[in-house]
Amino acid sequence: MPNNQQQEHTQASSSSSWQSVKDDWGADKQTFDMPWGKLMMWIFLLSDTFIFSIFLISYMNIRMSVTIPWPNPSEVFALTIAGHHIPLVLIAIMTFILITSSGTMAMAVNYAYQGNKKKAVYLMVTTALLGASFIGMQAFEWTKLIVEEGIRPWGNPMGANQFGAAFFMITGFHGLHVSAGVIYLAVIAKRISQGKYDNKGYQIVEITGLYWHFVDLVWVFIFAFFYLW
Amino acid sequence: MMKQHTETHSVTSNVQQQHPISMYLKIWLLLFVLSACSYMVDYFQFQGMLRWTLILAFMFLKAGLIIMVFMHLAWERMAVKFLLFLPPIAILIFIVLMSSEADYVFISRMLSFFNP
Repeated sequence: MPNNQQQEHTQASSSSSWQSVKDDWGADKQTFDMPWGKLMMWIFLLSDTFIFSIFLISYMNIRMSVTIPWPNPSEVFALTIAGHHIPLVLIAIMTFILITSSGTMAMAVNYAYQGNKKKAVYLMVTTALLGASFIGMQAFEWTKLIVEEGIRPWGNPMGANQFGAAFFMITGFHGLHVSAGVIYLAVIAKRISQGKYDNKGYQIVEITGLYWHFVDLVWVFIFAFFYLW
Repeated sequence: MMKQHTETHSVTSNVQQQHPISMYLKIWLLLFVLSACSYMVDYFQFQGMLRWTLILAFMFLKAGLIIMVFMHLAWERMAVKFLLFLPPIAILIFIVLMSSEADYVFISRMLSFFNP
């Protein structure tokens, strides 16, 4: 038991969560009882929350103040598949793919902590592949909007000019996060299979997972505010 | 007994989260259903207050499940929850400020563009 005192703290504080906050900040120890990499990832994600919030708030501000009608996302993002006109279908599929990738990531974290390296690596690779397919679909969507529908950051044939700028900025920044996440997942999966974390422990999988779940989380908000509004 | 209790507690307060896979599968299924529900809001073209209530309800449920279960925040200590949930209050205030600003800009534009 390396931190016997800390364990007693934990136990005493389970009665009141406010007491646990006082213990964490007031005791002569590291405030947050987690690996530094995990804490740094949380703080990075907090700052990223602010960046995405600012994008979404500026989009809200633009959309509420335009006098020309905003293009109807339900129509703009509709696809005709086998003669059926289905609204938002590609976006729905992308949403399901991203949620599925979050599920496989959560299971990868679980298997990594169980010490099942092989399964963890496979699930991380699955997550990365799902992420890559998400990017592929986004590329398809962008191409369709730019080439077929003539949407540009400065204007479009459907309505308010600001639509393109807000759309490309927000989904583009999210797409960059997904791309970075795919690379991050691939690198960590490779390092795990090389055995680089055998002695260190597999916290790295949880840290990578935090980033990946955050990307999914941001998509939940983009889906609600950009596509469903 | 006391020793044993400390032992089990140290397992749960440890950074190494252990939950049955079935829990993740259930949450996954729930997220699927919630996403399908929010898609249905658009498919059936609900409008007005009903649309907004449903969109926001499904959005917050999904976000809550992802943060609390997938990111394991439900099992983190209160100090970590404060670290993550207090700063975004600034975002809420910013949303309120910017929406009232947008209303003002909209009214000014209507007055000057359509009232020469």
